[in-house]
Amino acid sequence: MAEHNWTVDSVATELLACEAERRDRVKFTDEWPELDVETGYQIQDETLRRRLERGEQLIGVKLGLTSRAKQERMGVATPFVAWLTDAMVLPADLPVPQDKLIHPRIEPELVFIMGERLEGPGVTGAQALAAVSHVLGGAEIIDSRYKDFRFLAGDVVADNASSGAYMTGPVALPPEMLDLSTEAVLVEVDGAIVDSATGAAIMGHPAEALALAANDLAKRGHAIEAGWVVLTGGMTDAVFAPPGSSVACHFTNLGSVYFNGGTEPA
Amino acid sequence: MDSALQAKAAKDLLGAYASRTPIPPLIETFTEIAFEDAYVIQKLQIDELLADGRVVKGHKVGLTSAAMQKQLGVSQPDFGHLLDDMFYLENMPIPMDVWLQPRIEPEIAFVLGRPLQGPGVTIADAIRAVDFVLPAIELVDSRIKDWKIGIIDTIADNASSGGVVLGGKPTKLTDVDLRLVGCTLYKNGQIVGTGANGAVMGNPLNSLVWLANTVGPQGVTLEPGHVVLPGSVTKLQPVAPGDTFVANWGVLGTATARFAKEN
Repeated sequence: MAEHNWTVDSVATELLACEAERRDRVKFTDEWPELDVETGYQIQDETLRRRLERGEQLIGVKLGLTSRAKQERMGVATPFVAWLTDAMVLPADLPVPQDKLIHPRIEPELVFIMGERLEGPGVTGAQALAAVSHVLGGAEIIDSRYKDFRFLAGDVVADNASSGAYMTGPVALPPEMLDLSTEAVLVEVDGAIVDSATGAAIMGHPAEALALAANDLAKRGHAIEAGWVVLTGGMTDAVFAPPGSSVACHFTNLGSVYFNGGTEPA
Repeated sequence: MDSALQAKAAKDLLGAYASRTPIPPLIETFTEIAFEDAYVIQKLQIDELLADGRVVKGHKVGLTSAAMQKQLGVSQPDFGHLLDDMFYLENMPIPMDVWLQPRIEPEIAFVLGRPLQGPGVTIADAIRAVDFVLPAIELVDSRIKDWKIGIIDTIADNASSGGVVLGGKPTKLTDVDLRLVGCTLYKNGQIVGTGANGAVMGNPLNSLVWLANTVGPQGVTLEPGHVVLPGSVTKLQPVAPGDTFVANWGVLGTATARFAKEN
């Protein structure tokens, strides 16, 4: 076994330092092969504790790797849950905050606002959908503290499932207005179509991802609270949005999310 | 290449349909073949089939996604002919004994209400000419061994056409923003691909305009009643006997292609 001194605490410290310093690093599992998903969640919870301690507000959860396109790209076969704080919100019409991110990429998402508390275990997709008050189109600007987004499951869970920032779109509809499995998104970068998908790419229906989140969080002693935001995971593969680029994610019924790739950090 | 060689290439391709045995890439057999020979070879086959009594019922446009164009090293689409015996009915078993190496692609279908004659066709002209849109599944096939196609091979081979299954629900263009309509493709009940119509050249109407302006200068008019398949929104899916594919186009409805279990 390789010698190492990594602990839940020291990995949490290092990940938050990487984020603050815009520094990427090799994955921890190179040195700490026992860093499994369970340990990854302990690290994730520790980083959340420190984010809250410094004044951030917990506002919801995000799912990662819920689509087959993303799972195949990353070589990781299960979805993950991670925390969202208010520091990760990118208000409409602000550019990608390149000065806070290492190597951001864009994923179009379907976003839920919870109307009711949802507590696992045993939550079904139908029950999950019934607890949603509104659905929005959105885009997550993912980032990874790992070089070239190379990681194993334990690493990416520890790294809050590659969280960065996210933006929501202009339309909030109650879920009964939509068949989310057929809600499509068309992604444009600098005016060219780069990818497209429907909501069915998210585990057949994004409510299945929400149910999975509720059931996974129950194992960690948490529920999804009323009012929370839930990002259900990238519908397409992640898309590059270099500084200066213009990005648009057009949804069938949920309007369009636009942003600018921002400026190269000094 | 000279016209005798063009005729030979056309004969080889028609022979592959008949024997259901794929042939080597034309660029290997006919070393002097050039891009401008490809549509001539396609036309020679179509002319022969029409002489046998078949009827042109429309066209298909292929290579409309950036990914496919990159794969074949081209920057524009291609087109092939849809003949009357290439239309298969929804939910009815599609015979397996007519294919060499079939694959499917989910597409919408334009059905024209007015003629479209290029050059000079604009988007406005194209929209006026479309009577309605149908959900569809295109069947593609290649007479070239192992689908080892370059741009010349696929054009000469009727743009790798096979056939089409049309769904039965017409939608007017005024009722939808076509490019934001998505498709979820199910194979035997499992999702195998998703996408939005904008993946087709930004908008499938762009594909229709390209077709009209490409065939127009050759004296070909897209006729009322003709079906135009503008291009796929997902990757190709291979077909095995007994497979069932459903393309769920949301507000446009669904199209089901059911392949027979055996020949």
